[in-house]
Amino acid sequence: MATKNFMFVNRKAPYGTVYALESLEVVLIGAAFEQNVSLAFIGDGVYQIAKNQKTDGIGMKNFSPTYKALGDYEVTKLYVEKESLEARGLTLDDLMDLTWEDEDEDYAEKPSIILVSSAELAAVMDEQEVVLSF
Amino acid sequence: MKYSIMVNEGPYTHQASDTALQFCKAALDADCEIFRVFFYHDGVNNGTRYTVPPQDDRNIQKEWSKLAEAHDIDLVICIAAAQRRGIMDADEAKRQGLDGDNIAPGFRISGLGQLIEGGIIADRQLVFGD
Amino acid sequence: MSTLHTVNKSPFERDSLAACIRLASKGHAILLIEDGVFGAMAGTDHSDMVKAAIENASIYVLGPDLAARGMSEDRVIDGIQVVDYSGFVDLTKQHSTCQSWL
Repeated sequence: MATKNFMFVNRKAPYGTVYALESLEVVLIGAAFEQNVSLAFIGDGVYQIAKNQKTDGIGMKNFSPTYKALGDYEVTKLYVEKESLEARGLTLDDLMDLTWEDEDEDYAEKPSIILVSSAELAAVMDEQEVVLSF
Repeated sequence: MKYSIMVNEGPYTHQASDTALQFCKAALDADCEIFRVFFYHDGVNNGTRYTVPPQDDRNIQKEWSKLAEAHDIDLVICIAAAQRRGIMDADEAKRQGLDGDNIAPGFRISGLGQLIEGGIIADRQLVFGD
Repeated sequence: MSTLHTVNKSPFERDSLAACIRLASKGHAILLIEDGVFGAMAGTDHSDMVKAAIENASIYVLGPDLAARGMSEDRVIDGIQVVDYSGFVDLTKQHSTCQSWL
């Protein structure tokens, strides 16, 4: 099978709609296909990886811990658009600490979140061959 | 040109399924191939045979079933999304101890891998959603 | 490599068109479909944003969706090309990747 650049674009907040949860399920299954996978969090999508999600009060399952597993599935490039964070009064500190272990560097723990400007993200998007939006 | 299509929304509530149908018809008219149509999120609801839309309006489920039959198109309903929303084929209904199934002709239930595979094999991946 | 972006929501409803314009690259194409066709109309609060975008990416609008909504092709922003579904198919052939802004 060919290897393609796959990008999963997330622009919606979690819990208000199902897209954040179900798109994560696609990413996890997709990881088995050894494609060149990256995720983009744009607009309200940045809220998907906000820290401290506590969902008991709304009776829904808190699926945010699943983002922590992405590193183990070799999904290590999570692009977060800086302008989207700033517009929402957020910084990197408000986001979950998502990491992966680089086996080429003695399993050194590295951050998966890559903060990018719109221009930088546009350049990354320009490289993609398959883009799935949810 | 070979296409893989993703439909994220159910019939009638959003235009996604209609637009996907119109696109597929135009692509087929242009001698292109539709490799697979993958239904995800509420898109799985396109695959129930129990819809009874008004007679003077299009029957979206039947349009998909007819298109699939005429052009041998693979219509795949995601099993995870289908289980959440109650779209069942006979095997799955039996497995789950349910008293009936509702899948429409021409649709089959399978895993998310089929979506990824479509993206790899096709020349173009299109997404229709909300 | 270039991308065909589709935008299916009205710029009055959602920021999808603004986000698409912000993140599309030079030489890409943007096709407005479904409720996204309102982004093609002249004389709206979003027309300036769209007119500026034409300098970076070619913009198209799906004629059948305009007609369905009673929007006249005469009132589409100058420089936006009206296409039908076969034109939509052609655009997907001309660009190597398709990206939907929902």
